Amino acid sequence: MKIHEYQAKDLLREYGIPVPRGRSAATPEEARLAAGELSGKVVIKAQIHSGGRGKGGGVRTAASPEEAFAVSAEIVGMQLVTHQTGPGGKKVHRVLVEEAADAQRELYLSILVDRSQRRECVVIMASEAGGMEIEKVAAESPERIVSCAIHPVVGFSPFQARKLAAALHLNSEQRKAFTDITRNLYRLFLDKDCSLVEINPLVIIGDGRLLALDAKLDFDDDGLYRHPEIKGLRDTDEEAPLEVEAKNASVNYIKLEGNVGCMVNGAGLAMTTMDMIKMAGGEPANFLDVGGGASPEQIEKAFRILTSDPHVKCILVNIFGGILRCDRVSSGLIQAAKNIEMKLPMVVRLQGTNVAEGRKMLNESGLRFTVAEGLYEAAQKAVSLVG
Amino acid sequence: MAILLDEKSRIVIQGITGAEGSFHTREALKLGSRIVAGVTPGKGGATLDGIPVYDCVGDAVEKHGANVSGIYTPAAFTPDAIFESIEAGVELIICMTEGIPVLEMVRVKQALKGSGARMIGPNCPGITTPGVGKVGFMPNFIHKQGNVGVVSRSGTLTYEVIWQLTNLGVGQSTSVGIGGDPIVGSGFKDMLALFERDPQTEAIVMIGEIGGTAEEEAAEFISSEVTKPVVAFIAGRTAPPGRRMGHAGAIISGGKGTATDKFNALEKAGVAVEKNPAELGRRATEILEKKKNQG
Repeated sequence: MKIHEYQAKDLLREYGIPVPRGRSAATPEEARLAAGELSGKVVIKAQIHSGGRGKGGGVRTAASPEEAFAVSAEIVGMQLVTHQTGPGGKKVHRVLVEEAADAQRELYLSILVDRSQRRECVVIMASEAGGMEIEKVAAESPERIVSCAIHPVVGFSPFQARKLAAALHLNSEQRKAFTDITRNLYRLFLDKDCSLVEINPLVIIGDGRLLALDAKLDFDDDGLYRHPEIKGLRDTDEEAPLEVEAKNASVNYIKLEGNVGCMVNGAGLAMTTMDMIKMAGGEPANFLDVGGGASPEQIEKAFRILTSDPHVKCILVNIFGGILRCDRVSSGLIQAAKNIEMKLPMVVRLQGTNVAEGRKMLNESGLRFTVAEGLYEAAQKAVSLVG
Repeated sequence: MAILLDEKSRIVIQGITGAEGSFHTREALKLGSRIVAGVTPGKGGATLDGIPVYDCVGDAVEKHGANVSGIYTPAAFTPDAIFESIEAGVELIICMTEGIPVLEMVRVKQALKGSGARMIGPNCPGITTPGVGKVGFMPNFIHKQGNVGVVSRSGTLTYEVIWQLTNLGVGQSTSVGIGGDPIVGSGFKDMLALFERDPQTEAIVMIGEIGGTAEEEAAEFISSEVTKPVVAFIAGRTAPPGRRMGHAGAIISGGKGTATDKFNALEKAGVAVEKNPAELGRRATEILEKKKNQG
């Protein structure tokens, strides 16, 4: 789960990590008041779950509270397009107003889980190349990134921060501050089941202090059950409406750009079905995994989600019945087709447990659909129906 | 012979009285699996279809010589269940549970290191050795005893491939689902090493997914350590970056973990890469035939 920068900075503050003074605002008036509480120049930052906000015009400065009002009036409500949002952009509902910092140096600091079999532990990464995309730094000059692995039993040890600080060429005062920041960031990472904490840039300002100028926190979805306070930070405005609906129905759905809607059981098979559609010359409209033990009700809900995407021109159902029996899938499909006015062509491929019963039910239901036996055949038929 | 699950396996099911645990225990019994005991804390003294239920794994080990544990407990209790199995001296832990936080798995891996236990999963469909039995979710009807080893990160996609093989008359030595989480007990490499040493296994089918570097690590291992033919498929060529495709582990992040990277690494290692999964079974059959003619 992702959260906004202002929420991330609140958490950093709670963990004693220095961040610029400021607060979030949902209206230009709130922004004017927030700017009034600070002195001098302020920065107004659009709050959306995407990187590259500055380039899209989502980060601007203001010299006075009045200017903060005017700038916020332009940013709040705008459709912000960045390299991560897609061409449609994302609507800005809120800005962060904070004091401008005179950054002398821009560093990078992050903590994440290294899943390679060699490590399989938490890793701290730092770089002198702050303020840039770290993927780009990793690709072009990997020697500029330093990292250290944290032993899960030993935990964080100050020497690790000292080692990183030396590579960042920090003076002794700054090393001490850096060690505190790193220790606290690791504490936050563990406490809240984070999957990524990233401070980019971590800046050194004119008086030599370190400051987290930007902050990105991602959380492990599987850990959320034990952090209700983090779960409460979820912003459904940032998610595609159909994805929110799917989540509420415990269906795994991700909207894509194509027009062949697919409904599959199992994540691996769902990905494979998408691959097959592409291989057959089509474009999948979504990833949808109804899960291993889907009920007829869940199948109906999944169907509603698929059919409410206006781009979908054809539906491909691909089920390998194991625990999920084919007759249950058929009963869900029949129920769904009755309750929703199904006008789209449909290709159904059933295999596995109770396949004969499942097929018989479909044949006798009066539903119109195309049957496919094989995996690839199903994809080809679906693509041909799109035209 | 087969790998992991064999004639010597004596299975204890943790979470045996739960909905999942009891259902899949009964299914596994139909396949002949030797389930000697179950564990549900607080339900010690009960039975399930004649299988004794205990409060602690230690009792199942002591009284019934259990050496394999299958775990179906809810995610919040599962790290504890795993630690209990390790402590009780179980040799093979097969964990089906989905939704364990990654940081818990970091601790679990640490506990496994230096212990005598090997773990498969979590978030996996388990293991089936045709003719011996199974632990996990794999449907009973798809298997046939034979000489192909199957190892996969997926669930239903694995059933699909096993079923293809069976329909082509190609049996399996053992099928293992290693799980779809970012950190799992055993990786492809570990399974490939076991299949390589197993006299029953003549060829290996490997099914990977986007995300992480497990397939790349496997490719490296294959090129130096595996002499048996390997056929491989990677799911998720069309997956967008930055999105978790169902499995927590199936995510392309920072431009890493793409299907193309994995296909390339495997191809370089001499693996027969198959981009159309509907053809995986046929491809494996061809390779076995070729081997027979040569051999």
